[in-house]
Amino acid sequence: MYAYVARRMITGVLMLILMSMITFVLFFASPVDPGRFACGKNCSPALIKQVDKAFGYDKSVVVQWKDFAVGVFKGRQYPEDPSLRKSAPELVSDCHAPCLGYSQVNLINVTTELKDKIPISGSIAVAAFLMWIIGGVGLGTIAALTKGSLIDRGLVGTSLVFYAFPTFWIGLFLLEFPAIKWGLVPIPNYISIADGGLWGWASNLFLPALTLALFYMAGYVRMTRAFVLESMSEDYLRTAKSKGLAPRKVLFKHTMRAALTPIVTMAGLDLASVLGGAVITETVFNYNGLGKLAVDSIATFDLPTVVGLVLLLAAFVIVANIVVDILYAFIDPRVRLG
Amino acid sequence: MTSFLSVRDLVVHFPTIDGVVKATEGLSYDLERGKTLGIVGESGSGKSVSSAAILGLHRGTNAKVSGEILLEDVDLLTLSDEEMRLRRGRDVAMIFQDPLSAMHPYYTIGNQIAEAYRVHNDVSRKAAKARAVEMLDRVGIPQPDRRVNDYPHQFSGGMRQRAMIAMGLINDPGLLIADEPTTALDVTVQAQILDLLQDLQREFNSAIIIITHDLGVVAEMADDVLVMYAGRAVEFGPCKEILTHPEMPYTWGLLSSVPDVKGDTDARLIPIKGNPPSLLNLPPGCAFEPRCTHSDKVPGNLCRTEVPDLLPGNRGGVHTKRCHLANSDTIYQREILPEIAPELVEDPS
Repeated sequence: MYAYVARRMITGVLMLILMSMITFVLFFASPVDPGRFACGKNCSPALIKQVDKAFGYDKSVVVQWKDFAVGVFKGRQYPEDPSLRKSAPELVSDCHAPCLGYSQVNLINVTTELKDKIPISGSIAVAAFLMWIIGGVGLGTIAALTKGSLIDRGLVGTSLVFYAFPTFWIGLFLLEFPAIKWGLVPIPNYISIADGGLWGWASNLFLPALTLALFYMAGYVRMTRAFVLESMSEDYLRTAKSKGLAPRKVLFKHTMRAALTPIVTMAGLDLASVLGGAVITETVFNYNGLGKLAVDSIATFDLPTVVGLVLLLAAFVIVANIVVDILYAFIDPRVRLG
Repeated sequence: MTSFLSVRDLVVHFPTIDGVVKATEGLSYDLERGKTLGIVGESGSGKSVSSAAILGLHRGTNAKVSGEILLEDVDLLTLSDEEMRLRRGRDVAMIFQDPLSAMHPYYTIGNQIAEAYRVHNDVSRKAAKARAVEMLDRVGIPQPDRRVNDYPHQFSGGMRQRAMIAMGLINDPGLLIADEPTTALDVTVQAQILDLLQDLQREFNSAIIIITHDLGVVAEMADDVLVMYAGRAVEFGPCKEILTHPEMPYTWGLLSSVPDVKGDTDARLIPIKGNPPSLLNLPPGCAFEPRCTHSDKVPGNLCRTEVPDLLPGNRGGVHTKRCHLANSDTIYQREILPEIAPELVEDPS
């Protein structure tokens, strides 16, 4: 068990290293000259050269990657110039470990940048996750239990509609009608728990989380329905019934236990991917989360931020994968980690 | 006082988009405590469907069940769903063909057996588990106090079936329905399981319905045999009588297609030609007529136009058959037996 977890973590770290290498190479393949870009318009070749030297853009890709990797663990300075540090320390910016780079666009350390956005995206992700798991699994189970009835067809049909409608449409609809026109809910504007209390935080999250949740919920309704129906046709369910178990016990102890197991896997991975930012939802509601940051940094060629985001997202997915696999060994006794 | 179990005119129909599937039509039989009834027939002949009806497993589905199922003079079909549920596992228990898929993969053997006990007995978890260990010991699981915490996948096929039997018998039911209990097991284990069932039957004095397509199992276990074809009983009688003096050509077919270990290895098995009819669209006459090689011996078109009744056969007694052939016992002894087991042909003199 412990050996398995250790092995998985080592593989995870190796994957992160690989991911960072690949993004770094892409960095170099891009047509943007980073020194020129950092220097700005009206820059003389001499000045560009100076920037290149200060930020290490003149070094080879391997060395730059090594500097980046060392920075993650030890921190680094921008620019890395001991003489400048002595003569004009105010020009040097410190980037403490874990240093993921320095954004030439936002003039801020990538780590700091990400740290500010994680609570925003995390809040939307967790709120949406709770909504879609409770709603999706609940409604999916109801659909399976009433298979063929009007309720079932209604649920399956509605979920198809929400699955098919683009998120930006649903987001804009929710923003325009319940919030702006009818005033049923406040116009969402991210407030942290520290500033607005639990209620202020949750009420402002409601619409963006719902927008994100509806899409996933639609999928989960259909999946849960299929898994519950499959589990209901299993031989062991007939055994449970033939023992004389009450229908409620047959449903919760026997049917749902088997039906929910595969959902755990998907839920874990889906949560990881929305933690990395919901691009469209954040853009529609103007939440400055990781998703919006990703779009903005790509649009402005802010490559250090892109690298940081890619690594963060990859880390989420890798960790979620390991957690799901370990969880699986607990919920399915047939799975032995090894 | 009627029999312990008395099934009268049991009908199980499944309405589908294509029409009504007549899975069981007018099935009747009786069974006493301590006796075993073997129900034989091909897949889809209604063996399992009719037995599942005794447990009320068709409730809550779209199946239409009618007739009477009297267990100690109580008609199970008239009980409410809740009354029927409380009888399941307590008065009637069922064990299934493939014990791996019939047990929940996520719960321990002990949990699943104890659960069957706790439904019908108000006891603590601990007491139920102790009872489960006791039952596992009774069905011959070694080290039952340790194995009780194992999951089904950690048991071998034979042990799983033993555990399944322990689960079925934990409430000491009067009637045990075993649906192909040995089909998924290898032959040496089969014999052990059948012996175990017989031992337990003597101990608990329960009635057993054993559903099988293996005539060897029937010969070993059954007191009475019911042969089913296309949802109907086609022959019924004491086991020995059915195996030695079958009067229905379908039963002949079943006997002819059993290999004989002692027989000549070059001898050919004689399969029954054709396929069972669709239960959606049964022929107007005898359901077996399209595959029957003896219908020409019946005068006129009777086999094709009229379903024969289940009537006493040539040899009288309780042996009944659903066949228009007048002298079927003679035909069997003269035409069929010499082909499949010449050594058994009685000297006519």
